[in-house]
Amino acid sequence: MRRALLEILIPLVGLTGMAGADWLHFRGSDNQSVAGNSTAPVALAKDESGTEQNVAWKTLLPGRGVSSPILVGGKLIVTASSGHNQDRLHVVCVDAKTGAIDWERQFWATGRTLCHPTSSVAANSPASDGRRIFAFFSSNDLICLDLAGNLLWYRGLTQENPTAANDVGMAASPLVLGDTVIVQVENKGDSFATGIDTETGETRWQIPRPAEMNWTSPAVLRGSAPGTDLVLLQSPKRFTAHHPRTGEQVWSYEVACSSVPSPVADGNTVYVAAGGLTALRHQPEAKAAEVVWTTNTLSPGNPSPVVYRGRVYTVNSSGVLLCGDAATGDTKWKLRLKGQFWATPVIAGDYLYAFNQEGLAQIVKLGDTSGEIVARGDFGEPIFGTPVIADGAIYVRTDGHLWKIASH
Amino acid sequence: MSRTISTALLTLALSAAGVAHGATVEQQIATLKAVGPASAGSGAAREAWRQVSAAEAKTLPTILNALDDASPLAANWLRSSFDTIAERTLRTGGKLPATDLEKFALDTRHAPRARRLAFEWLCRADTTANDRLMPQLVDDPSVEMRRDAVARLISEAESQEAAGKGPEAAATYRRALTAARDLDQVQAIVKKLETFGDKVDLPAHFGFVVTWKLIGPFDNTDEKGFDVANPPENELNFTAEYPGKSGAVKWIEHTTSDPYGKVDMNNVLGKANAVTGYAAAEFMAAAARPVELRLASTNANKIWLNGKLIAQNNVYHAGEQLDQYVGKGELKPGKNHILVKILQNEQKESWAQDWNFQLRACDAAGTAILSTDRKASPVPSK
Repeated sequence: MRRALLEILIPLVGLTGMAGADWLHFRGSDNQSVAGNSTAPVALAKDESGTEQNVAWKTLLPGRGVSSPILVGGKLIVTASSGHNQDRLHVVCVDAKTGAIDWERQFWATGRTLCHPTSSVAANSPASDGRRIFAFFSSNDLICLDLAGNLLWYRGLTQENPTAANDVGMAASPLVLGDTVIVQVENKGDSFATGIDTETGETRWQIPRPAEMNWTSPAVLRGSAPGTDLVLLQSPKRFTAHHPRTGEQVWSYEVACSSVPSPVADGNTVYVAAGGLTALRHQPEAKAAEVVWTTNTLSPGNPSPVVYRGRVYTVNSSGVLLCGDAATGDTKWKLRLKGQFWATPVIAGDYLYAFNQEGLAQIVKLGDTSGEIVARGDFGEPIFGTPVIADGAIYVRTDGHLWKIASH
Repeated sequence: MSRTISTALLTLALSAAGVAHGATVEQQIATLKAVGPASAGSGAAREAWRQVSAAEAKTLPTILNALDDASPLAANWLRSSFDTIAERTLRTGGKLPATDLEKFALDTRHAPRARRLAFEWLCRADTTANDRLMPQLVDDPSVEMRRDAVARLISEAESQEAAGKGPEAAATYRRALTAARDLDQVQAIVKKLETFGDKVDLPAHFGFVVTWKLIGPFDNTDEKGFDVANPPENELNFTAEYPGKSGAVKWIEHTTSDPYGKVDMNNVLGKANAVTGYAAAEFMAAAARPVELRLASTNANKIWLNGKLIAQNNVYHAGEQLDQYVGKGELKPGKNHILVKILQNEQKESWAQDWNFQLRACDAAGTAILSTDRKASPVPSK
């Protein structure tokens, strides 16, 4: 009975997230990097005159991190790692209104913590089903807490998959669909994807994945009816769709994919960094996907593609913002941005917010035939994580701080 | 093992007796210590965690003691309950049991991580604690305590240097080097000491093994060599000759002059792909003792100590860092044999052509353990 009730309630929680108030995953509740109907300030951090704009608060975090925050019921959840060997894992809950830390929980990594100096063991973004937090780290520690910070369960996935690691650092963020949290762990050692019961922490399914270095995150392909969502898994040589509750593969597309930018779905169309950028149309009846278009002119660098109002946006490896027609793949315009990018841009209203790795935000007004940089803001610290936009505010995670940008 | 079984039996007994609710803190802690992989025990632990975390601050020493023999998973249940109690106590104007925390933090018989946890909360409760206690932590078995104490010494030496007190500064740097275990601190100190004319034997400081016998290449086509037991895995006969991948192979003496003990298999055995090589070293120990053999390699590898496999990592070109892989074993008195297997695959990328390793012998704190017949390290190559 309890389980049945949860299966009804959890999708409702998900719908709440889709309304824009929450931001439950890496790149948002639907992994789309779009703020729904929310707008956001068009001036932020230190502008070019050195004046600080719209900084509502700035909170010092207990460690470093390249993970993105999430927003759940007015609370921001962010992860960090600290210590000489980065073996201290932090989960921090920050009040979105005040920036005060409500609680912090700290853990010791149970898996490997070696990673590239620019990355962090807190590279994977946390996720939530609206009631629980699932904090995942490069060490393959998966920690479930409730919103008050009570520990519900703890999985040390490296203990069960001892060679699952790479010394650049792992980065795939978890995805919660229904009552299953999905993690993707792909590397040269034990490679797998697994679906874990959100309530008990027990494994529902685990499937082997290619033993190749990969940092892409699982993404959701929303179904037309409850219980029909699929999880998309991108690997260097394969792109697959699965049932989230069983792991059963629905379709597979054999293609060489990039290993950093993650896929994004808009309706039944999936945009994946393969052959540059490829649009695949999911065919629910046929349990297959067909290629709509492929173009190498929209090839993303590290940030994931963003689809918005019939356009697809990517930032290439040279830091050029590319705008294409989402239906055809035709390039509409290009705009050179300053710097190199890891964070996926986010969009609110008519503006795209791009954050380079040096911590410079560039706000681009999106036009039909061109884009224009209308403001810049310097955060003064590296930014690798994708920000959150919700309720008129932008929440930015820099290396050591969490910021709220809001005009009120 | 027996402790684990005892804990599990205790928990089962408590559950069977229906004492999960209203159980003592000690019983709840036993439930937390019984958690295992794959979420085993999480249901009971969830409730026990809530009850332990709701306890008063006087419970904190009990949790610290429980951390001494807790599994890595159980330690996280315990420490998060500790943090929860301590965080709530300070927020509500309460006091932490500072005397107990200090006593625990300074008692080196306890688990290093538990001591550090006690120390950090002690410093929040007593703002004098850090300055008061840090000088006595220079040789601490906790790598975190030691690191902070070394950092303090480096800072002191820098101040002495800035004040024109060269000899005092050099002496302080030398004290810092003796205590330092972390690569970044050692490198910073050595750089300073060199300006005072000191020559530091880096391989000896870290415990890098520099004298080896190497043999290969054997075959590793399609990365299948990882599970193939070539003759060196069955016998260490340094006068023997075996069929290799492309002809007969025999052991080659090799001493590396790399300051960090790196052995380049490409240089010694010939540059190749899809190959397996072995390196063996004799290691003399005065007495039996635990040892960690810490390996760094971008190649797949295995480590044996006296014929016992103590680490294996079937991973290629995913990075290389000091102390990347750790094999734990026991040295016996007299002669010990270390055998390392290093495999190169068939990747074509320029960054995937390295076929090398470095290995050091040390204790759990990273303090070098040297072979009793070790000679001065060769002059580092430029």
